[in-house]
Amino acid sequence: MANKFFVAPSPHVHSAQSTQSLMRDVLIALVPALAVSVWVYGLNVLLVTAVAVISCVLFEFLIQKYLIKGQSTIYNLSAVVTGVLLAFNVPSNIPLWIVVIGAAVAIGVAKMTFGGLGRNPFNPALVGRVFLLIAYPVQMTSFPQPTSNQFVDAFSGATPLAAVKANLVEVGDINLLNMLSGMMPGSLGEIASLALILGGLYMLWRKVITWHIPVAVLGSMALFAAVVAFMKGGGSLFYELPAFHLMAGGALLGAIFMATDYVTSPMTHKGMIIYGVGIGVITMIIRLWGAYPEGMSFAILLMNAVTPLINKYVKPKRFGLTSGK
Amino acid sequence: MKTFPLGGVHPSDNKKWSNAKAIEVLELPDVVNIPLGQHIGAPATAKVAKGDKVLTGQLIAEATGFMSANIHSPISGTVTAVDMQPNGQGLRQMMITIKREGDEWMPEIDRSSDIKRECTLDSAAIIAKIKDAGIVGMGGATFPTHVKLSIPNGCKAEYLIINGVECEPYLTSDHRTMLERGEELLIGVEILKKALNVENAIIGIENNKPDAIAHLNKLIKEKQFAVKVEPLKVQYPQGGEKQLIAAVTGREVPPPPGLPIHVGAVVCNASTTVAIYEAVQKNKPLIERVVTITGKEMKEPRNLLTRMGTPISKLVEMGGGLPEGDVKVVNGGPMMGRAMVNLDSPVTKGCSGVTVFSGKESHRVDMECCIKCAKCVSACPMGLEPYLISKMSKKQMWESVEAERITDCIECGCCQYTCPAGLPLLDYIRLGKQTVMGIIRARAAANAPKK
Repeated sequence: MANKFFVAPSPHVHSAQSTQSLMRDVLIALVPALAVSVWVYGLNVLLVTAVAVISCVLFEFLIQKYLIKGQSTIYNLSAVVTGVLLAFNVPSNIPLWIVVIGAAVAIGVAKMTFGGLGRNPFNPALVGRVFLLIAYPVQMTSFPQPTSNQFVDAFSGATPLAAVKANLVEVGDINLLNMLSGMMPGSLGEIASLALILGGLYMLWRKVITWHIPVAVLGSMALFAAVVAFMKGGGSLFYELPAFHLMAGGALLGAIFMATDYVTSPMTHKGMIIYGVGIGVITMIIRLWGAYPEGMSFAILLMNAVTPLINKYVKPKRFGLTSGK
Repeated sequence: MKTFPLGGVHPSDNKKWSNAKAIEVLELPDVVNIPLGQHIGAPATAKVAKGDKVLTGQLIAEATGFMSANIHSPISGTVTAVDMQPNGQGLRQMMITIKREGDEWMPEIDRSSDIKRECTLDSAAIIAKIKDAGIVGMGGATFPTHVKLSIPNGCKAEYLIINGVECEPYLTSDHRTMLERGEELLIGVEILKKALNVENAIIGIENNKPDAIAHLNKLIKEKQFAVKVEPLKVQYPQGGEKQLIAAVTGREVPPPPGLPIHVGAVVCNASTTVAIYEAVQKNKPLIERVVTITGKEMKEPRNLLTRMGTPISKLVEMGGGLPEGDVKVVNGGPMMGRAMVNLDSPVTKGCSGVTVFSGKESHRVDMECCIKCAKCVSACPMGLEPYLISKMSKKQMWESVEAERITDCIECGCCQYTCPAGLPLLDYIRLGKQTVMGIIRARAAANAPKK
C-alpha cells in the first residue's frame, strides 16, 4: 500500500477557525453598517471604503515584501479589516488623498513598524484616524448631511455630540430613533447604531468576540451618563442621556469593532472588563469635559497602552487554587 | 446540566461512525507482544523465559513494587522471546512475545456468561484481587487501580465517580461497554463502593450518549442498584479526572501534589469498572479490552473485543484497511492520542481506540503569527495562559513558566485545538512542563537531608 505516515504530538484535530476565517467574519459583520451608510450618504461611501482597503492592503504588501522581506501576509485579511475600519472612521466626503495618508499611517506606522499583525501595541485604524484628526482637522470634522434625510435637520453638518457640546441643541430635543437608524451626520461607519449591533451579535454568534469588552465599554458609559443625568436633576434625561451617549459618535463602532481588536486588548476576561470600563469612563470624561466632542478613539488608544500591564497583573482564575479542601 | 467550571472546547464528536456498532470479538492473534511497561509506575518484572508454556490468564510478569501492575498472558502458547521490541512510536521497549497454541485458559477463571452479583469479600480482599488481576485505568492514563483504591491515611473517600464521559471524539469503546455490559458495570460499582466504603456512587455520562444514560437508569431501577447516573453537558475535556470531579461534585482538586482523594473523590473509568467486576467475581485478569477502530475514511469502523498484545495492524485490517495516500494512525483519540509509525506494535491496557486520519486531516494546519485573540486562555480548563507559557517555554524561561503554573497543565490540547493561528502551543508547553518538573525534582534532591 502506498501510504505515507505522518506523526505529530497531540492534538490531531483543529477547530475550523483560522486567522483568515475570523477576519472574514469581522468583514461580514461590518457589511450591515456599510450598507446603511451607503443608504444614508450615497455611493461615495463605497469609493472611500475601496480606497482605504486598497491602500491598506497595498501598503502591507509592499512593506512586507520590500522592507520586512517576509512571506506575504495580506491573505489573512487583517489589512482589509483595517482598511474598512479606517474608512468607517472618516467622513464620507473626505478627499481621497487624505484616506491614502491615513492608510499609510495605519499600516506603515502603527502596524508594520512593529512587525505586522499580532505585534502592534495600538489599534492601527485608530492610529490612522487620530493622525488624520490632528493633521487635517477641518476635513475630518466636516460631515455631509444624510442625503435621504427629510426628518431632522437640526445639526447642519455637526454631529449630535458636537452640537450638544456647542450648546446648539439639548439632548432631550434629539430624535433618538433617527440615531438608531443612522439618520445623522457622522463618520461613515459609526452612524448606523442598529446595524452595528447586528454586526456585533453576528460576531458573538460566530464566537469571533466575547461579550466582555463591548458590554464593559457600553455599560460603563451608560452608567456614567446615568449618574451625570441624576446629578443634573434626572427626569426624562435619566434614560435619554445614556441612550444618546451610546448611540452618538463612535460609541458602538468603538465598543464592538475597535476595542475588541484582538491584538491590542487584554487576554483574560477579567482584564477585558477592566479595559472596557477604562475605555467607557475615559470616553465619557472627554465627551463631557474635554476639548473634543468625541473621545472614543483616544480612550481606546489610551487603554491599548495599558493592555500589557493588565496582561501582566490580571491572571485567570486557576483551577483548584481557591477551593482545595 | 452540569459541566466543569473553566474553559473547554467542542470538537465535533464523530462518534457516529462506530457508536451503533455492537462489540464484536476479534479473532485470536497468532503472536502477541506484551510490553512490561504498559502502566504508570515501574515496569513489571518478567516471570517467564523463552520456551516456557503459558495458559491464557497466567501471570507472566509481576508488579515491581506497589506502584506497578501485574501482567497476564492473553493467549495460551509458548514464550518465544523476552526482548526489546519497537513500540508504536518506534522506541524499543522490553516485551514478552508469545506464539499461540489453541486457547487454553487458567482453570480458576470463570468463563461463563452468568452474572454474579453477590460479593462477600471485604475491602482488603477486593483490592488484593484487583491488584492480582493487574487492573489499571483503561481510559488511557493506565494508573494502577489498586493504588487508587488504597486510601492514604487521613483521607476519606466520599464520592465514587465512574467515568463514562468518553469525551475524546471518535472513540466509542466505553459507550458500547456501558450499553452491552451495563449490569456488570453496575455490579462493579457496588464492589468498588464496598472496597472504598463510600455511599455516593455517581456515573458521569455526557449527554451525547442518551441511550447509555437511559439503559443504565433502567437497569438501576429494575435491579435496585444504589447508583446515580449524572448526565453531563458535552464539553471536552470532561473525561479528565479533575474536570469530571469538578463537574459532578463542584469540588476542585488542588494543583500537584494534590490528588482527587484530597477532595474526597475516587474516579474509575467505566470499562475499568467492568474489568473490576470480572476480576473480583470471575477471577479474570485484565487480558482483553474493547478497542474502537475508527476514522472518517475507514470502510468498516468497529468496536472489537481484543486480546492484549494483538498487533494494531490487525485492527486496522478489520476496519477495512488504511485509506490510500497520507495517513496518521493514532493510538487513542484525536485530542490526546499518540501518533504511531509502527503498526506491528501491540494493543495495551490503555488503548481504547485507534483513530485513522487521512489526506489533509493527517497534516497539521499552517502556522501563523499569534494575534493575541485570547481563545487559548478562554479554552484552558486549568485556568492557565497557554500563549504565554508556550512562548516562555520556547524562550527557555524556566523560572517564569514555573511561576505561571505550567505544571498544572493536563495536556488536554484545548489551546492548540482552538488556536486560529495554528500554533503548536502544546508542543512547547510539554517541553516546558517536562523541563520544569525535572528542575523541581533536582531541587528536591538537592534540598533533601544528606545521609
